[in-house]
Amino acid sequence: MLQNFITPDLYPAMPEIFLLVMACVILLTDALLGRAQRWITAALTLITLAGCALITYQTMDGQVVLTFSNMFVDDLLADFLKLLLYLAVIVVVIYSRDYLVARQLDKGEYYLLVLFATLGMMVMISAAHFLTIYLGLELLSLSLYALVAIDRDSPRATEAAMKYFVLGALASGLLLYGMSMVYGATGTLEFSGIAQAIYGQSANQTVLMFGLVFLVAGICFKLGVVPFHMWVPDVYQGAPTAVTLVIATAPKLAAFAMAVRLLIWALFDLAEEWQVMLMLVAGASIVLGNLAAIAQQNIKRMLAYSGISHMGFMLLGLLAGVVEGDRHFALNAYSSAMFYAVSYVIMSLASFGMLILLSRAGFEAENIDDFKGLNKRSSWYALMMLFVMFSMAGVPFFIGFFAKLSVLQAVVAAGYLWLAVLAVVMSVIGAFYYLRVVKVMYFDEPVDAAPIRAPAEVRVMLSANGLAIAALGLAPQMLMSLCAYALLGSL
Amino acid sequence: MSSHFLSLAIWVPILGALVVFAAGNEKNLARWTALIVAFAGFAVTLPLYMGFDVGQAGMQFVEQRPWIPRFNIEYFLGVDGISVLFILLNSFITILVVIAGWEVIEEKVAQYMGAFLIMSGLMNGIFSALDAVLFYVFFEASLIPMYIIIGVWGGPNRVYAAFKFFLYTLLGSLLMLIALIWLFLASGGSFNLLEWHQLRIDMAPQILLFVAFLVAFAVKVPMWPVHTWLPDAHVEAPTGGSVVLAAIMLKLGAYGFLRFSLPIAPDASHYLAPLMIALSLIAVIYIGFVALVQADMKKLIAYSSISHMGFVTLGFFIFNRLGVEGALVQMISHGFVSAAMFLCVGVMYDRMHSRQIADYGGVVNTMPKFAGFFMLFAMANAGLPATSGFVGEFMVALGAIKYNFWVGFLAATTLVLGAAYTLWMYKRVVFGAVANSHVAELADINHREFLFLALLAVCVLAMGVYPYPFTEVMHASVDNLLKHVAVSKL
Repeated sequence: MLQNFITPDLYPAMPEIFLLVMACVILLTDALLGRAQRWITAALTLITLAGCALITYQTMDGQVVLTFSNMFVDDLLADFLKLLLYLAVIVVVIYSRDYLVARQLDKGEYYLLVLFATLGMMVMISAAHFLTIYLGLELLSLSLYALVAIDRDSPRATEAAMKYFVLGALASGLLLYGMSMVYGATGTLEFSGIAQAIYGQSANQTVLMFGLVFLVAGICFKLGVVPFHMWVPDVYQGAPTAVTLVIATAPKLAAFAMAVRLLIWALFDLAEEWQVMLMLVAGASIVLGNLAAIAQQNIKRMLAYSGISHMGFMLLGLLAGVVEGDRHFALNAYSSAMFYAVSYVIMSLASFGMLILLSRAGFEAENIDDFKGLNKRSSWYALMMLFVMFSMAGVPFFIGFFAKLSVLQAVVAAGYLWLAVLAVVMSVIGAFYYLRVVKVMYFDEPVDAAPIRAPAEVRVMLSANGLAIAALGLAPQMLMSLCAYALLGSL
Repeated sequence: MSSHFLSLAIWVPILGALVVFAAGNEKNLARWTALIVAFAGFAVTLPLYMGFDVGQAGMQFVEQRPWIPRFNIEYFLGVDGISVLFILLNSFITILVVIAGWEVIEEKVAQYMGAFLIMSGLMNGIFSALDAVLFYVFFEASLIPMYIIIGVWGGPNRVYAAFKFFLYTLLGSLLMLIALIWLFLASGGSFNLLEWHQLRIDMAPQILLFVAFLVAFAVKVPMWPVHTWLPDAHVEAPTGGSVVLAAIMLKLGAYGFLRFSLPIAPDASHYLAPLMIALSLIAVIYIGFVALVQADMKKLIAYSSISHMGFVTLGFFIFNRLGVEGALVQMISHGFVSAAMFLCVGVMYDRMHSRQIADYGGVVNTMPKFAGFFMLFAMANAGLPATSGFVGEFMVALGAIKYNFWVGFLAATTLVLGAAYTLWMYKRVVFGAVANSHVAELADINHREFLFLALLAVCVLAMGVYPYPFTEVMHASVDNLLKHVAVSKL
């Protein structure tokens, strides 16, 4: 037996290994720290992420490298998504610290769970095998369940965690079931092997299709799109804002990677089939997300529904890749979806960052009314929120417009004109609730005259985040071509 | 030769606005900075007129460089005889708006001035963009400052008006976005407007394109029956907002017809011209009657704007030189006249805090100088000869009679209707005995108000007496456009 064991090439997995080692170090260090020294944990977390970024950047060579018996892949797409992931998590940690301190939630567990969630997402991004993707997904999900419940005295958070856990477990079950079906049809768990089996027509179509449905359901749950969206508003609302910030941002990147690996890598020859499923899901998400968001008074719920519609929009890009067997549009469509996902993460970070900024000890900013008169209290942050809202509504000059433009362009190119019309009509309806936030900020008088107090790092980061939304809108070319370039090697 | 005057016309006001924002709560500093920026913004547009070659039909002052190569989107600017005057008009009106808001706006002065300057830059961008996405970006971005202006400094029902304004225009323009994407794909990956003008398109897609553009531009013009946002927006907007809305923003829709609908879909334009003419005539006549019964002065002028803009769209879709040039003259004249009318109402509103005609009467007794100006502008609005209002209406009416006698006949009723609603309002507000003690206490216009009214009066009279400098610029481009539209693209 032993002579068959070959030490896998660990080099492509360096960032994951580094993160795991550092997470263990932090785990031990944190046990020795009191509350007053908790900043050391936060600082170590940031250093860890920066180190991961450095390693990923250094080892980026544009090659597709498979390791761990073809279970793990390191390609440009993975590197690029991981770099964005680190950045998103760094921003999350910076935003969250002060909020957690004010609520006495600044336990070492928060940082550790965030790090383990990050590790899970990294594994998902690099997965080339059903088991790897499941491993990453579960590591992410379990960390998130625990994070939602981190404020254990809050019944609302506990309820949200419970709901998330039960539904999440169900979704994992569906995914596993789908994987087993595909395994049954193709006889392998490796993505490349599956693709070959399907291409060679050797797979049992019925079983394969059966599995595909469950896989799509699993992806949809992770993205939080209709009809697997039920958990999204409740979890966003129930979780402490610092945790909502985690859930609403980085995992979208990982879920995008999961969709690319599963649907495009493994099941590309079934594109015609899964595109139809995504079409229904995307259309329903855009309609329901936008309509339900109008009725919300709680801004976290509103952003949750808006997120559902944004993810639907992102799926529009994914489903426009193959037209009647013609794969000519694939790169264009998938890179537009990726650009959309990245843009959404940037906007989402800023929107929840604003909520954290307005919250303080003993006060949670979570209703739209909490934004009343923000322009009078601080015209700078009102402007930043205005950027975020108009960007999410898809109004130029902001990044959200170019994200919508590139996705719509892909959809029209694929010939789904009606889908594009549906999407823009729903965007107008969506504009209403974004405008309402701008309205309360600018047109209404403040009810809460308390000055906005936040530590310097939050202010700086939030300003940078808001300005990035505007700057990337003025010059979106680089990010767009990076997305296309990163995907190029993986198609 | 490359020049940067168009870029300057766009970015000087926008970057200047950032400086104005920096003034913060220093009201006077904000006002003076805004005035300087507005003047600078106007100054950089002057070379566009001075250096304009009237013999050339094509684009001038062209600037072209890649912006988003991924989708072949370019930063492509240029003006021809159709668009150049609007850039000047816009930059000129911006100065007046800054002066008009000088003492009236007390709250958040820097933001008020900055918003108008940004909007001025964005609208210059719309008139000079030759790349469809660049056009669209400016077109939509201009909604943001206007939304803020109506919502923050507007009247009691401002929230409703601001939302209605924004959502109405957004729906129209998003459908246009799909048309733009369709053209991008049909042209093999180009957003270049001039290339699109040469693109061959079948009849069915042409009609769909025309309809998509129609939705966007008809809302903006606004044409009956999608005009209902305008009276609301005008009534609630502060004076400066109404001025910009009427003088410039409404022109964007009409300009869009000339830049997009006619040259890109000429066959559909001809095919659907009867519909367009019918909608225009409804705007002219029906909305004229609606204006007649308004009790609120701003609403009356708003409806009068819709009616006048009906004349503009009518002029476009009769496809002769008189019609198109007349419509363009009418657009510029309406820019002056409607700005002046709204400023006049603003002058009275600042004193009385009422726009109801019934609250006034005998204003001439207490504000004689003002009454004189108001008289001139009312006459211009009614289309009296020797004012700018006459020239455009006369040209369009002549063109319409050439096209079809009855169309011309119906269009000409505007001269009667316009006189009826404007002068009747004027009579009720200005003449007669002093209506109440508030009117008796009115003070006549101060130097500042005199200044902007006098400036506009000069423009209105000059254009009415000697319109040649305006029409001269248009000839070559309009002829070129008409020639282009006459050729089928099927």
